[in-house]
Amino acid sequence: MKKINKNSLNGFINYGIVIAAFAVIQLLLGMGRLSNSLQSLLVPACCYIVMAVSLNLTVGILGELSLGHGGFMSLGAFSGITASILLQGAIPMAPARLAASMAVGAVFGALGGVIVGVPVLRLQGDYLAIVTLAFGQIIQNIIMVLYVGVDSRGIHLAASKERFDLAADGTAIIKGPMGAVGVTKLASFTAGFVLIMITLLVVQNLVNSRSGRAIMALRDNRIAAESVGINTTKYKLMAFVTSAALAGAAGALWGLNYSSTVASKFNFNTSILVLVFVVLGGLGSIRGSIIAAALLYILPETLRAWDIAEYRMLIYAIILILVMLATNNERLKILVGRVIPKRKGAAGNG
Amino acid sequence: MSFLNNVITGVSLGSIYAIIALGYTMVYGIAKMLNFAHGDVIMVGAYVCFFVMSGAAGLSPQAAVLASVGAVLLAAVVCTALGIVIERLAYKPLRSAPSLAVLITAIGVSYLLQNSAQLLWGADTKTFRPIVEGSLVLIPGQLSISYVAVLSIVCCVVVMAALTAFTGGTKLGKAMRACSEDKAAAQLMGIDVNATISMTFAIGSALAALAGVLMCSAYPVLSPTTGSLPGIRAFTAAVFGGIGSVPGALLGGILLGVIETFAKAYISTDLSDAVVFAVLIIVLLVKPAGLMGRYVPEKV
Repeated sequence: MKKINKNSLNGFINYGIVIAAFAVIQLLLGMGRLSNSLQSLLVPACCYIVMAVSLNLTVGILGELSLGHGGFMSLGAFSGITASILLQGAIPMAPARLAASMAVGAVFGALGGVIVGVPVLRLQGDYLAIVTLAFGQIIQNIIMVLYVGVDSRGIHLAASKERFDLAADGTAIIKGPMGAVGVTKLASFTAGFVLIMITLLVVQNLVNSRSGRAIMALRDNRIAAESVGINTTKYKLMAFVTSAALAGAAGALWGLNYSSTVASKFNFNTSILVLVFVVLGGLGSIRGSIIAAALLYILPETLRAWDIAEYRMLIYAIILILVMLATNNERLKILVGRVIPKRKGAAGNG
Repeated sequence: MSFLNNVITGVSLGSIYAIIALGYTMVYGIAKMLNFAHGDVIMVGAYVCFFVMSGAAGLSPQAAVLASVGAVLLAAVVCTALGIVIERLAYKPLRSAPSLAVLITAIGVSYLLQNSAQLLWGADTKTFRPIVEGSLVLIPGQLSISYVAVLSIVCCVVVMAALTAFTGGTKLGKAMRACSEDKAAAQLMGIDVNATISMTFAIGSALAALAGVLMCSAYPVLSPTTGSLPGIRAFTAAVFGGIGSVPGALLGGILLGVIETFAKAYISTDLSDAVVFAVLIIVLLVKPAGLMGRYVPEKV
């Protein structure tokens, strides 16, 4: 009983942190204390937080390395943008259309998750990682040649510019290598906040449920878990698809935050960036992912404004290496262990 | 004829992938880590060669040949040193750390190399001067092989033969194989595991330099991010052939090069990446350990 209480307490603290951060930022916004450049970082930061928390579900909770999380984000972004334009007539109210678009993004993300997950979750370790990487590349590549448009005759899909016969009155939504252009910006910081809360709700309830315990049992020892009757495919797929759906919703929010989006935005580097957030925040620690994603996204961006702008990625790389070396240093661990007595049942290991 | 031309292009591109994939596969086999910085070592090698070749522009033909050889050797030496330094500073302290920590460190090293290159040499794309120029005409007007392609294929074969002889016959090579089988047992047999791993990195990096020079000679553009995409493709090739297996890397690399070239020629230029990676997924589903990888069943 005691342990369950502790877990839900942890969850409530996470909600509290997010709500407090939202309130503080809203207050600062109201007082006009946030610069324009910082304001423009708020929605992307929300997207990255959702990405990090959802990837943590795959990497930290399920224990499978995924290098293609950006692929799901891409699916969500472009399906969400398409949905927002198609639904323009049906749902005139912007927030409702944004919500519907994000739902569509989540559905497409989940579909991608099922398509990749069903065959691939049989593979293990680094092989799974390479297939997710391949998936991310395939998605990016396909969207680069995809043309989507809508006119009075309906929706048009084509794989090349020549075959894309859109009527003169039609609107082109995705234009191959140019990506989606002329998107109405629907995203808002509030929507980002709501998405983070939904993500936390979904992930934390999943982790603390019977299914979540089954997923973690698979991570800790697959063979032992199977021997007590846990259905490997079912639970692996559950975590993987949930994670993909959340990434899709985050992608839709991202796509609707800019007037144009290209497929190469969601490349291998994006997937890696999110993975860095997850690992630095601590595998399996939801709070760690939130804080790491927010800090590590905003910090390098604010460094742009300083004199050291051209060195910022260099500094980022060096800090990344040093942090990894320091957190895995045996002597340092012993030293820290002496200063801070070990907490019993401490959550997370980052 | 266009078919034959495509085969030649594919095999020569595949040879370059194979040389890169060998570096990945050897490091993975022995250190069980995905060395994402490998692609950037390729880029450093290409830059070293670029500066030597630009300095040698306008020399007499005989001197130019010497300069080419010197450029390749210098690139190999610089990359070998770089590989050893990276291994000592970034990877060695993480020997007993979880594999994800090592992976993130490798990504950090990759960022570091790319951004250092950008600061040192600029972000602009440079035009690379090939180390050999001209081509061998087989059927005038229809079929010709560039000397770079010939050189790539020859290098690949030589490297493969040398590596097979090295890992199979020499004491150091046997030590490498022993370490990749079982590090603890190898240490008990008196093998210096750390030195062996450093040596593997050194060989892998030297191969990366060679691949960088060949790649930039065949596709003469050079920028700080030149190495990352071929790095990912070659990594795919290594997985394709069965990661950890030396002949697998050769097979995977050549197949990948041929598939990529054919996809470009017969399906769509833009979709070649998607085709390559789709083939990879299918192969892994049928043979989960790659074409020539050994499937090791889990023991309970």
